[in-house]
Amino acid sequence: MDVRFLSAGDTAIVVEFGDRIDRTLSDRVLRLGARVRAVGVPGVVETVPTYRSLMVHYDPLVTDSATLREQISALLDDNAASTGVGRLWRVPACYEPTHAPDIAEVAETKGLTVDEVIRLHTATQFHIYMIGFVPGYPYMGDLPEQLVLPRRADPRIRVPAGSIAIASTMTAIYPLESPGGWHLIGTTPIRLFDAAQPRPALFSPGDKVRFEPVTAAQFDDIRAATQAGTYEVPSEVLAS
Amino acid sequence: MTSALKVIQPGIHTTVQDLGRKGFQDAGVPVAGPLDRLSLRLANALVGNPLDTAALELVLQGPALEVQADAVRVALAGCNTAIEIGGDQPRTIPAGQSVRLVRGETLRVTQLGDAACAYLAVEGGFDIVPVLGSVATYVRGGMGGLNGAALKRDDTLPLRHGNAPERPELGLPGPADLAFDAPVRVVLGPQDDYFTEAGVATFLSGEYTVTPQSDRMGFRMDGPPLEHAKGYNIVSDGIVSGSIQVPGSGMPIVLLADAQTTGGYPKIATVISADLPVLGRRRPGRKVRFAAVTASEAEQARRDQEAELQRIIAALCEVSAEAAIDVAALYRENLISGVISHRS
Repeated sequence: MDVRFLSAGDTAIVVEFGDRIDRTLSDRVLRLGARVRAVGVPGVVETVPTYRSLMVHYDPLVTDSATLREQISALLDDNAASTGVGRLWRVPACYEPTHAPDIAEVAETKGLTVDEVIRLHTATQFHIYMIGFVPGYPYMGDLPEQLVLPRRADPRIRVPAGSIAIASTMTAIYPLESPGGWHLIGTTPIRLFDAAQPRPALFSPGDKVRFEPVTAAQFDDIRAATQAGTYEVPSEVLAS
Repeated sequence: MTSALKVIQPGIHTTVQDLGRKGFQDAGVPVAGPLDRLSLRLANALVGNPLDTAALELVLQGPALEVQADAVRVALAGCNTAIEIGGDQPRTIPAGQSVRLVRGETLRVTQLGDAACAYLAVEGGFDIVPVLGSVATYVRGGMGGLNGAALKRDDTLPLRHGNAPERPELGLPGPADLAFDAPVRVVLGPQDDYFTEAGVATFLSGEYTVTPQSDRMGFRMDGPPLEHAKGYNIVSDGIVSGSIQVPGSGMPIVLLADAQTTGGYPKIATVISADLPVLGRRRPGRKVRFAAVTASEAEQARRDQEAELQRIIAALCEVSAEAAIDVAALYRENLISGVISHRS
């Protein structure tokens, strides 16, 4: 599919690479976002990467959509450019029944044991396609086929902060308490979003995540350390 | 002694807003900011503030506040009602005019008239620490403003300046035309191809009503349903203030100041930035018609609107006590229009 420029009024344009969830498309979206930021296109306020497109927010008093299309088209040619440096995060995850309200039901629905669900979820290195829905909410994929299932028929009004959830081909972590329709298969004690930090979201689109199982006792220790400000989520730089 | 405004009555949903939180949408943080960017800036101009200073956004019904400072200067903009001042010298000051109050006086904005929102600016602004570069209140995220929330009774709004000097008060040359009947202009897309031709035609010809299920996140419309051409789920993509998403019900939802940053419903069109204030002012029950323009027409409309705002600000005039009465009368009669005129 060719790149399409779509109009989103007079303060944003959408650069669309396709219409499906796909790592190749995501990489192109992230590359373009990094290029736009690096070049410093005049009038661009910010860019928001999503699964298959980049939204470019602009100030119509500084530039216009026709100019932006030209400038962004020129950046599209540079497909060899790196997406920038991403990180691999090792996220502690407690899958014990007290911390995983839906895991037994997920296992049963998918014809798996709870241990198999945990094994499948922890064996996958997830790619962060985008952050949205609420501040800091990472959409991570792709789930192994054996864990793919539709959203809950009955969404919860309150999902606790730190809940690790799955739905369709994605997994996510709820950064704050919010409504939610995904299946809750674990909880992490780490903090994903802190508005007091200059970079408020722990993860960036393009980062990778692996979940590492912890016991309920370890969960409590990490949470206490997180609250005390002495816990750092293990991570390493990935060159892409 | 700290200078402040004490909240006697909070109003329905009064929040501190500046022009919004930019640069964190890729972290899922909504921009927030005012429903009516023009009126927030006019209110600031009337009290001599930089135009992007934070002010109070009043929704449907305003607050009652007590002055706990030596003197403050305030102005109301975005509606055609008035500030009622209580104390030793009770008086009524129409919107579009600044006024100085002294310690112990109270100010009250009970009614906003036909407007859904209005702005109360204070000379010098509020002494509030920005969160991610902005003091705009984003209530769902508990961020910005006063403790991340709408005002509550007994809250204290700290002020940067507690002694507004005496000087002539400023007023608009006439009452604002708040464009309550003007069409709301849109640019079609990004997913107008998810609707049938009939669906797009219905959208541009139908009459919609702002429903009571509307808030700063989005105005839900009621009216003729829009026909989808290929389902109502898309692979989630970006959202901008003004995005009009259409879920399975076929009823458009215009996402506004507190819009989430991404979403999975097809978006038939986007309200142009010049008309976001026009829509933001419409109360539940008000009618809305949408009219399509091109992106370059939308950009031109925004530039024209900015130029006009600058002209209005340059034309602010000193008001005498007598003139204040005249202006109040004109407001009641609604005789003057064109101050924030709608260009179509």
